[in-house]
Amino acid sequence: MARYDRAITVFSPDGKLFQIDYAFEAVKKASAVVAVRAADTVILGVERKTIAKLQDPRTIRKIVKLDTHATLAFAGLNADARVLIEKTRIECQSYRLTCEDAPSLEYIARFIARTQQRYTQRGGVRPFGVSSILAGFNTDGAPQIYQIDPSGTYFGWKANAIGGRNFKGMREFLEKEWQEGLSQAEATKLTVKALLEVVDSGSKNMELVVIRRGEPAATMSDESVQAVVDQVEAEMEEAKTRGGSASGGASSATAMET
Amino acid sequence: MAPRKENTERKAFQYARGMSRSKEAERTMEAVLDTGGRGDWKQDAYGSELAQAMCAHPRSFTIPAVPDPAAYCKQNFGVGYGTDTEQAVQFAKGTTTLAFKFQGGIIVSVDSRSTMGPYIASGTVKKVIEINPYLLGTMAGGAADCAFWERNLGMQCRLYELRNKERISVAAASKLLANTMFQYRGYGLSMGTMVTGWDRTGPQLYYVDNDATRLHGNLFSVGSGSTYAYGVLDSRYRYDLTVEEAIDLGKRAIYHATHRDAYSGGTCNLYHVQENGWVKIGSWDVNELHYLYADEKENAAGAAEEKVASS
Repeated sequence: MARYDRAITVFSPDGKLFQIDYAFEAVKKASAVVAVRAADTVILGVERKTIAKLQDPRTIRKIVKLDTHATLAFAGLNADARVLIEKTRIECQSYRLTCEDAPSLEYIARFIARTQQRYTQRGGVRPFGVSSILAGFNTDGAPQIYQIDPSGTYFGWKANAIGGRNFKGMREFLEKEWQEGLSQAEATKLTVKALLEVVDSGSKNMELVVIRRGEPAATMSDESVQAVVDQVEAEMEEAKTRGGSASGGASSATAMET
Repeated sequence: MAPRKENTERKAFQYARGMSRSKEAERTMEAVLDTGGRGDWKQDAYGSELAQAMCAHPRSFTIPAVPDPAAYCKQNFGVGYGTDTEQAVQFAKGTTTLAFKFQGGIIVSVDSRSTMGPYIASGTVKKVIEINPYLLGTMAGGAADCAFWERNLGMQCRLYELRNKERISVAAASKLLANTMFQYRGYGLSMGTMVTGWDRTGPQLYYVDNDATRLHGNLFSVGSGSTYAYGVLDSRYRYDLTVEEAIDLGKRAIYHATHRDAYSGGTCNLYHVQENGWVKIGSWDVNELHYLYADEKENAAGAAEEKVASS
């Protein structure tokens, strides 16, 4: 099999493109990203890996703005992501110039997917080692999440997790806990809970962004994130001491001001 | 390859100017002008390059193998009333088209005469091009240019629809056409068209022409008879016309233009752009309209006289 994993343009006998699989591995090595679709908001959460003491944390951005209405969080090789984001930003503006209108989220997702696919079918290049989650709103006002893979496929999701050492586990957790019509507070708690599966507790290890319809994406302050983390941990403690099953994500009595 | 190519161009240029009748130049010009039969391209060294160009992407044109193709096209294939009577190719043109937006949508009204120099080529030209069931384009200037590029626009609109699962906006459609015109700027295309439809933002009307001018507006008239149409339109246009009044205004403006402009005539074709698409209202022979309006005028004059007499 080793003979088939050098060039991207070569299939293996059992129909795999090894370079794409290895690109997925690169994504797994990166920090986790969680996205949850609520009734009228989208919550994006990323794991903040520990950085060197002397590094300026403000220059490390995993959640970026593609256009006024579209936000992207990626997992994978930072440099590849930077190039992909730049191409996508230009395409958004080009669309605005030609069609005099904002590009739909599906159009942006399709563009990213098309770009990533192009790099899987040419000689001399390798795929982008980046998985992205695109978040925003539809023209009819519905919140949307799209995931785009290194293979160039894109799907819409209700809630998703990529990257990190246990994204499958996070995804299963979300499958169990996600419900239609979550409020912003419930969705925020769910995102934090999913992230706590892979990160150590503490607001300094995660970054959350709230995207509301018609407003620019807003990063939650450390204090508000810490408050949600505290609340989640309190609930988990309560559940443990009671000895019953862990409380569901949406059944919170107290409403959170965020 | 480079020196040979230059030589070809120079010889072609000389042939075009009638300065050289060398065998080589003749062959080159034949190869350039022979767009009919494929001929034996493999033999001709220049031919293989030309063949490539002609069988290439459908949106690219073969251009004359002269030093300045743009100037050559403009000089020998220009489109102008009276100015092209000496040319070998006289394009079909001459038109009055108009469109205006009002409370009930958009009225598009056109004539149907096509003239080549002083010769009336046709009196039954369809100058409203149905790009798709909710977009209309009009034809003014070179008939072939309009028909071709608006059909091309129809193809682009359809691709947009398939890719994005929603109809294209009128703004975007007119922008695509204008961008195409910009690509061919200076090559002597002649097209003055109005792209109109009803999209998410309501009824929209854009004017696009061959030098990629693109204007958004409520009322436009394009063509050799446009000045006459503007006179009638401007004196009677109001945004709150009823649908019947608007249709009548569209008919009248075209009639008056065809009455005075030699290059316009035939029948008036009128379309109404509504929320769910366009509808063809009808066709009226402008000669019949002449007598109809003449009768109206007489009756009105008679009534006025009576009024004066009785008051």
